[in-house]
Amino acid sequence: MFSAIMDFGDKLGTALFKLSYNFPNQFYLNFIKENRWKYLTDGLKVTLTVTIFAVLIGVILGFLVAIIRSTHDKTGKLTLLNWVCTVYLTVIRGTPVLVQLLIIYFVIFGSVRVDKVFVAVVAFGINSGAYVAEIIRGGIMSIDQGQFEAGRSIGFNYTQTMIYIILPQVFKNVLPALGNEFIVLLKETSVSGYIALQDLTKGGDIIRSQTYSPLLPLLAVALIYLFFVMILSKLLKILEGRLRNSDH
Amino acid sequence: MTTSEEIKEKSPLISVKDLEKHFTDVHALNGVSVDIYRGDVVFVVGPSGSGKSTFLRCLNRLEEPTSGTILFEGINITDKKCDINKHRQKMGMVFQQFNLFPHMTVMRNLTIGPMKLQHKTKEEAESYAHELLKRVGLETRADAYPNQLSGGQKQRIAIVRALCMRPDVMLFDEPTSALDPEMVGEVLEVMRDLAEDKMTMVVVTHEMAFAKEIATKVLFMAEGQILETGEGREFFENPKTERLKTFLEKVL
Ligand SMILES: Nc1ncnc2c1ncn2[C@@H]1O[C@H](COP(=O)(O)OP(=O)(O)OP(=O)(O)O)[C@@H](O)[C@H]1O
Ligand SMILES: [Mg+2]
Repeated sequence: MFSAIMDFGDKLGTALFKLSYNFPNQFYLNFIKENRWKYLTDGLKVTLTVTIFAVLIGVILGFLVAIIRSTHDKTGKLTLLNWVCTVYLTVIRGTPVLVQLLIIYFVIFGSVRVDKVFVAVVAFGINSGAYVAEIIRGGIMSIDQGQFEAGRSIGFNYTQTMIYIILPQVFKNVLPALGNEFIVLLKETSVSGYIALQDLTKGGDIIRSQTYSPLLPLLAVALIYLFFVMILSKLLKILEGRLRNSDH
Repeated sequence: MTTSEEIKEKSPLISVKDLEKHFTDVHALNGVSVDIYRGDVVFVVGPSGSGKSTFLRCLNRLEEPTSGTILFEGINITDKKCDINKHRQKMGMVFQQFNLFPHMTVMRNLTIGPMKLQHKTKEEAESYAHELLKRVGLETRADAYPNQLSGGQKQRIAIVRALCMRPDVMLFDEPTSALDPEMVGEVLEVMRDLAEDKMTMVVVTHEMAFAKEIATKVLFMAEGQILETGEGREFFENPKTERLKTFLEKVL
């Protein structure tokens, strides 16, 4: 055990030493030569596209599922739809997202030629929807029952009460969690390489396989993810602060 | 006065007959029948758990009665086919916990109902809301959000919110129970004002002195039944049943 750690330290030391010694050459080899940086920028475009559209699908799907589930909880209606939603949530949240991606690509779209970005958007969107649904449902459940009753007692029907009274409060409460879902998804899409989609991770990995030097391209990939995650987290913090200030 | 108006005047505004409510393991209402007339100020008193809130909440079907009928303005509102949302607009309700909408200004709290449900213009709704705000002494708080108000102010706004729908009856479920003692008075003052204005009111409360002062009719509930009914002052001064006597001794 101890010797393994020593060994790891040695290897890392050597790699860093080589890098500092050799940095200009390494940088040139991995990023400049043959325009290899393009693997990273093109990959980043794919990663961001997949993430943004998957979040969109996730929010729409999650919202629908949450509405169906909480309407069922509150009124006992929509039994069949509620059952479908429960199955969806159980299956999606009970299996790894990579397995879902592979099944959607090789089984569901197996016999048709289809854009891989599209497949990834669908797969991650469906996956994200399940988590968003539970976020929004939690948000609806956390609103005091008195708010429903006040809305109904004025004469609003169930739908109007939802639209005017409940959901505006829910969105305010769940916006930070939805932002967080965006961050999670940004990182999760890094398994898209399994369906040979050239996302950011795959782009870095292609450079590695061409140059036989793993450190710089993978480090670059990691830094780009980190950069975006930190930016998003910062934006989220600002947004949360704003919401709290207007929290009357 | 024409005959039809006369009939309307004399027939009850709310007529409750054989009302029953079962929760899974509780028999909360056990055959409640009562008539409430226009201008009545009905107080409902009784020990905790006797079914007072359940009774009140059945009146606008926030609680679905298990059986029995409720006629409101001559229409059977326990009939599943009736559009209860329409009738609820005519039955204002005030809750113990206020239940103002926290994401809206006071003014929006007051106008959203009239604008969305009664198709009032913004100007119409706001001018009536202003009038009522003035009446409860809160005309300067129209742009505040609920969490910027004291408990007493919140409850007065909640009363105004119900009044903005121009209801024919006001239902109150322990409107002062969640208030600090020094704020109870300002809310009772508004209710007293409403009673003097001949608003029909049904009030669940533990404020016996207030009930004695303004009630035209008092219902004593115990174990899901109305055990005794009396006319205001008479009810408190000459209780007939032993149950009511013991109850009054305890609370007065
Ligand atoms: N939603 C519910 N589910 C199950 N039981 C209920 C429910 N609401 C009320 N009950 C029960 O019904 C009975 C009557 O309750 P209710 O709230 O009407 O009493 P109350 O007279 O208003 O009492 P309090 O003075 O404490 O407010 C109680 O035993 C209560 O536990
Ligand atoms: Mg009660």
